Formats: sequence, structure tokens, C-alpha cells
Amino acid sequence: MHPAFSVIFLTTLIGAGQGLFLALFTAQSYASVGFVNIENPHQFYAYGSVIVLALLAGGLVASFFHLGHPERAWRSAARWRTSWLSREVIVLPGFMLIVFIYAAMHYFNWDPMIIVTQEPLQGQLSLYVGIIGALMSFALFICTAMIYACIKFLQEWHNPLTVINYILLGTASGFTLATAYSTFMAPNLVTLFGTWATIITLTAFISRTASLIRNSRIKYKSTLQTAIGVRHATIEQKSMGAMGGSYNTREYFHNAKMSVFKSMKWIFLTLVFLVPVILLTAGVKQENTGALISAFIIQYLGLIAERWFFFAQANHPQNLYYQTV
Amino acid sequence: MSDDNPYGKDPTGTFFNRVQSFEIGTYPNTELVHFPKSCLHCEEPPCVPVCPTGASYKREEDGIVLVDYDKCIGCKYCSWACPYGARELDEHQKVMKKCTLCVDRIYDEALPEEERKPSCVLACPTNARLFGDVHDSESDVSVTIREEGGYQLMPEWGTKPANHYLPRRKTKIKIHEDELIRADNPLKKEGLKPKTVVDDQTLDDVTSW
Repeated sequence: MHPAFSVIFLTTLIGAGQGLFLALFTAQSYASVGFVNIENPHQFYAYGSVIVLALLAGGLVASFFHLGHPERAWRSAARWRTSWLSREVIVLPGFMLIVFIYAAMHYFNWDPMIIVTQEPLQGQLSLYVGIIGALMSFALFICTAMIYACIKFLQEWHNPLTVINYILLGTASGFTLATAYSTFMAPNLVTLFGTWATIITLTAFISRTASLIRNSRIKYKSTLQTAIGVRHATIEQKSMGAMGGSYNTREYFHNAKMSVFKSMKWIFLTLVFLVPVILLTAGVKQENTGALISAFIIQYLGLIAERWFFFAQANHPQNLYYQTV
Repeated sequence: MSDDNPYGKDPTGTFFNRVQSFEIGTYPNTELVHFPKSCLHCEEPPCVPVCPTGASYKREEDGIVLVDYDKCIGCKYCSWACPYGARELDEHQKVMKKCTLCVDRIYDEALPEEERKPSCVLACPTNARLFGDVHDSESDVSVTIREEGGYQLMPEWGTKPANHYLPRRKTKIKIHEDELIRADNPLKKEGLKPKTVVDDQTLDDVTSW
């Protein structure tokens, strides 16, 4: 498939936003049972949620560049019964609304206690809003990933690993961002976020590598024989019915050099997993803000490469019909 | 329908129907197959349920898969979900286009009945394209599919295309070796029939009737 930057930015930006929200909620749930102590909790959650909103809004804006008719985008909420894309279109603004409520509750310090138990257990309303937000964050990951995983003839995508990778990679970048963010707002959370970011990044490395291994061994179900229905071992296309290319040649081929395509895999493996893990470990140990910020930036750049590779690697069966001019 | 640089260097545009060519076999035993390719109007169209707006739909009454150009947002997702690459985004109108089976022609009562067929069927000079109701077991197309071994493309995806392809027909006679020799030739040798000598007299020369 041809990697579209609108979709690459959409999936990576909202992934980081969803992950950051999960990180904030993790901190809040830890704090609610007294595992951690945050100095200015409301400020910490409120500003963090604003970053989440900014990332989600950035993704939303990027997604509009993918549409031929962005002014009709509202129509895309109609078919949520059958279309994962439609479900994503509903869940994304819904999640943004919850994050907005969460941010506003903390910013205006309006957080009534609804379950009063013994100290240190606390049951503020915002915690329950956070639970809804966390569930919606996961729902959004599933919707985004299922858009790709549900197309059965794109065999590189049609696999549960696609969903697992989207969840883990988004969460990893969100927790890395949370680590960098907490150095400014809540320095005593740096170790917590840094440890989780490292664990999730390493888990994502395992699942992404598993999908790379799986995809390198794919046996394609469609062949030229099934595509045109002629049973002969040697079939060669002589013309595709269009001389100057067409939508079919532009949309489904990445058109990058094989060397670029192959090196992109090593680039993203280095930038998403190796470098951030080193920077996170060093940054947490030495309390180095610069290292933690660069860990997020490098991991995010790596995720752009990862998403590019994700799209470029998918081999659409229609390509069988477009092998030569 | 976009049609850019039709006579220029890189002609491109939106197509409902392409004819591609495939060479089967290795030289000198090759055959060139011309392969027309358009929307197959699947019975289980994978492109329809993925559409987020409902612009892409399959008609209940006749099973034709269509796009409502006024609802399409141009997200291209349906084209990803078609294994045949039958859908193409119009680069100017920015909506998805596909073969409509000439839905405006086939129900047009202003046309004489024999012309209520898709244009590609009418245009084909050798009548290689047939049009009819595949759900009616006795229709011409159903009988042809049944009796001439019509097949579907990429059956592995369970899309059940309504459009079928017919295998190529060749007129062949199989001659067995014993058929080359006349089994009842008394001389057991071809070409050595008992012949009259040309110079000899025949009955015509000696008798008069």
C-alpha cells in the first residue's frame, strides 16, 4: 500500500495521546490507593490532559487531509454497525470529550468525593471519569487497528498482532511522553513512568518483532492464476490497460526503492525500541530532562517510520493486475 | 470521470472497465489472453460494509453495487477492501467511482428493449460479453455459466462475484494415428490405390451408346 502521511500522523499522534492519557490515569489510580504522592495533582492531570487533547486534535486534523470531501466528514458516523472506520469516527471525538471533561474537572478543581472510605483509599469523581476515558482509549486503539486488521485479503494486517501492536506502540510512546512531562510537573513520578515506558516499549518490541517474523513468512492466497482464472504455471502480464498509471498504481504501491523499504525496518526498530530504552534508562537514573524529552521525540519519529513500513509492507492482491505498463 | 492528458505523455484517468493482456506459457508455446476487468458486483461485496457513510451500497432488488457520489467522503477505504482493485478514486471529483453496470441504461424504458444492456456488452464486436440475471437459473447467462464452466475470480476470498468468466474456447479435433491410415485399404499402403492407366482406352472410347 502507498503510505499516506495523513494516516501516519493520525495513528501516531492519537496513539501517543491515548497512551499519555492512560499514563495519567495510571498515576491517578496509583495515587488513589496511596502508592504515589503527587504534589499538585490537579495541575498535573489538567495540563497533561491538555497535551492529550492537543495530540488527539492534531491527529484529527491530519485525518481530514486524507479525505476527498472533508466537509462531508460528519456523514462517516453513520455506519458504525458494520464499519470500523465509522466506529473510530465516533469513539475519537467521544474520547476527546471525556478527556476535556477530565481536564476541566482538574483545572477547576471540581472533584467531589463520591465514595468515602478509610484513608488512603479515595474515590473522587474524576477517577471514574478517568476509568471511562481509559476504556475509551482502549476502544479507540481497537477501532484504529481493526480498520486495518479486518481486511482479510491484506494478509500482513489481518492478524491479532496488528491490534496488539497498535495498543502497545501507542501506549509506549504515551508513557515515554509522560516520563518527559513528569520531570517538569511531578518529578517523583519519573521513575514510575520511566519504568512502565521501558516495560511497554520492550513488550511492544516483542509483539512487533513477532509480526515482522510472521509477515516475512506469509504465503499469499491470491496468485495470478486465481486472479485471472487460468491454470498455468507461467503467466506474465503484458499490459495493464493504462499507460500513464492510474489510481490502482498510485494507491497500492509504495514506489520506494527496495533499499529504502528494507532499511526502514531497521530504522524503526532502532528508533522506536533501542534508542528510547537506552535514553529512558539513562534519563531516569540521572534525572536528565533532555534525555527523556529526546527519548519521546526519537520514539515518535521512529513510530512514523514504523507506520510507513506498516503500510508499505502490506501487499494488496489487486497488485497482481498491475505488474507492467 | 477524469480523463487527463488523453493524448499527452502520461494519460491517466478513471476507468470502469479495463482490458489487460496476459501471456500464458513460454515461447514458442504462448497464448495471449485479453482479460477485461471491471467491478464484479459481488454477492458478498467486502467493499460495502466498510464504508463509514453508507455511500457504498448493494441494491436489494438487483444486487448492483453502487456509490452515492453525494454521500462519498473520498476516504478510499472501500477501494482498500476490494481485492480486485475495481474501485478508483476520481482525482477531480474526489469521490470513489466504479462500474455501475450501466444502471441508467438497463432500466431506461426510452430505449428499445434489446438495447437495455450495459454499454460494454453492446459494444463488444464478438459478443464475448453476456448480460443477464445470474439468479434466474434458466437465463442465458446462467445456462452459459453452468454448461460452459463459468468461473469466479479469486474464489479464495469468498466474495462470490456475480460476474463470471468463461474459459477460453478453442476448436480442436483430435486425430488418432490409426485414423490417418485407411483401415480398409486392400493394399495396406496409402497412395497405392489401383489406378487406371491414363493412356489406355476406356469404355467411352470404344462403345457408342
